Amino acid sequence: MSLALAFQLLIQGILLGGIYGLTAVGLSLIFGVMGVINFAHGQMMVMGMYISYWLLVLLGLDPYLSLPLAAGAIFVLGYVMQSTVVNRILDFPEAMQVLPLVAMGLILENLALLFWGPDPRSPSTALGLATFTLGSATVDVSRLIAFGLAIAFTVFLVLFLKKSATGKRIRAAADNRLGAQLVGIKVDRVNNIAFGLGAATTGAAGALLLPLMPVSPYLGHDFTTTAFVVVILGGMGNLLGALVGGLILGVTESLATLALPATLKQVVSFGLLVLIMLYKPQGLFGGRR
Amino acid sequence: MRRLYLLLGLLLAVLLLLPLVLDKYLLGIFVMIFYYAYLGQSWNVLTGYTGHISLGHALYVGIGAYVSTFLAQKFGLTPWLGMLAGGALAAVVALGLGYLGFRFGLRGVYFVILTISCAEIARLVVSHIDAVGSFSGIFLDFHPGFANFQFRGNVHYYYISLGFMVLGSLAVHLLARSRTGRLMVAIREDEQAALALGVDSFKYSMIAIAISAFMTSLAGTFYANYVFYLSPNSMFGMALSIDLILRPIIGGLGTVLGPIIGSFVLTPLSEVSRTYFAQSGLEGLHLVLYGVLAILVVLFMRQGILVYLARALRPWLKLEE
Repeated sequence: MSLALAFQLLIQGILLGGIYGLTAVGLSLIFGVMGVINFAHGQMMVMGMYISYWLLVLLGLDPYLSLPLAAGAIFVLGYVMQSTVVNRILDFPEAMQVLPLVAMGLILENLALLFWGPDPRSPSTALGLATFTLGSATVDVSRLIAFGLAIAFTVFLVLFLKKSATGKRIRAAADNRLGAQLVGIKVDRVNNIAFGLGAATTGAAGALLLPLMPVSPYLGHDFTTTAFVVVILGGMGNLLGALVGGLILGVTESLATLALPATLKQVVSFGLLVLIMLYKPQGLFGGRR
Repeated sequence: MRRLYLLLGLLLAVLLLLPLVLDKYLLGIFVMIFYYAYLGQSWNVLTGYTGHISLGHALYVGIGAYVSTFLAQKFGLTPWLGMLAGGALAAVVALGLGYLGFRFGLRGVYFVILTISCAEIARLVVSHIDAVGSFSGIFLDFHPGFANFQFRGNVHYYYISLGFMVLGSLAVHLLARSRTGRLMVAIREDEQAALALGVDSFKYSMIAIAISAFMTSLAGTFYANYVFYLSPNSMFGMALSIDLILRPIIGGLGTVLGPIIGSFVLTPLSEVSRTYFAQSGLEGLHLVLYGVLAILVVLFMRQGILVYLARALRPWLKLEE
């Protein structure tokens, strides 16, 4: 094992971690506001990938250009899901909250299967194979762009929640639903927007991933569980924590391939997940529990 | 109440006679009905009665299937005994998982995530063990005979799976009426209150998860010897974990008849629609409908079909309120 290899893996891990972070930010936002876990999160990300895939193949739009469309489409999907289903189940016992969202994931996964078939598809994009060297390591341009945009989106989302009126309403509803209702906030609609935003980030993450890996309907589970790990690492409901958690997980998984076959790297992340839940359930950076 | 038992006895008698008139395909559908009813019943012990939500029960199905098959292929041990070995291992694994979950106070979604993680870890690890076929899984050779748990046609499987469902449901019925079962329900209803009254919540949660895992893993052995093929994804995957919780939820959580009714409603629907849609090139559509149905049931029939059925039959069966 050489140091150069480790350095290469470190860089790859950091870059991938940005995307992990972006999708986890969405999951964390949804949990923070509604207190439900979006078990369909990864499947929404896959939908984002397929939408930008379609726009690429049918209209020739590069994923970076179609990203707003993919994110917008998944925003609508999330908004509709929240307004038709999730708003009704917020007061249900937990077993009954888990099932509809799991079912939603099942529906999205199989819709993808119906539309695009089971075979993985890897479209070639303009920047797909472009690279440059940094010291001893090679850096994919598309990974770097994905990383940069992922960080930018996360920062933007955090600022939006802190500064804008809608963001303040979302935080108020998250803090105290009844109190927010009393001061005249339409909590249901605020919830819809929050779920839509959380969904949009994962849709954007999907568009960013498209140039990096082949898309298939069954990727969703892995994305969902990865997002769980990241969110629990960073602390449920803590958005910046989710971003940092994403970086940590990206690097850990990447470096784990030094010792383990690549297909086993997830064992490391699940192991990490269990340990964090047991010993630091509030996450590394604190969160809502 | 007596009329209810009479009705159930009558239905059982009909089920016992059905193989006289049904062909192999229809028997196969009934085998799946009984299989999923039994799986749902096993899961019901932990989630329906004790209130700890598991979304990783495929873990125990996988352990049951792999242990008995491995022992049969390597040492020629009959799956009837291998089944018990698998059950014992599943119970031990479940106790380990339960210890972590219950001792460290993981509740609700945190416990759900713990169960998912453990099942996924098992799936990935089994995918890398060459002795059990790693990614590609195990094909079972066909040696019909009672000792090998393998039979020609579906009649034997029909009676075995019916036995699983009936005995499993009877066991859960007796458990639910016992002191242990009532304490489990107390934990489900309000764990803090139960603790305050001196219920050892940890102990009874551990009992529940061990029983649930043991029962679940027996179904794994059955399934392995029914389809003759095991793979990490089909036996440990999350799809199975989701599949096996739908029936008890649709039928009625925390009731003995719920998983059975749920399975009688959902399994034929899923089996028939799967074959039908696959033939017309719409693979996956049945799972979409499945998901829609699950959402509708949660939104509009939260307590499951059983409650409505009981209400409709109450005057005739003379059930008490």
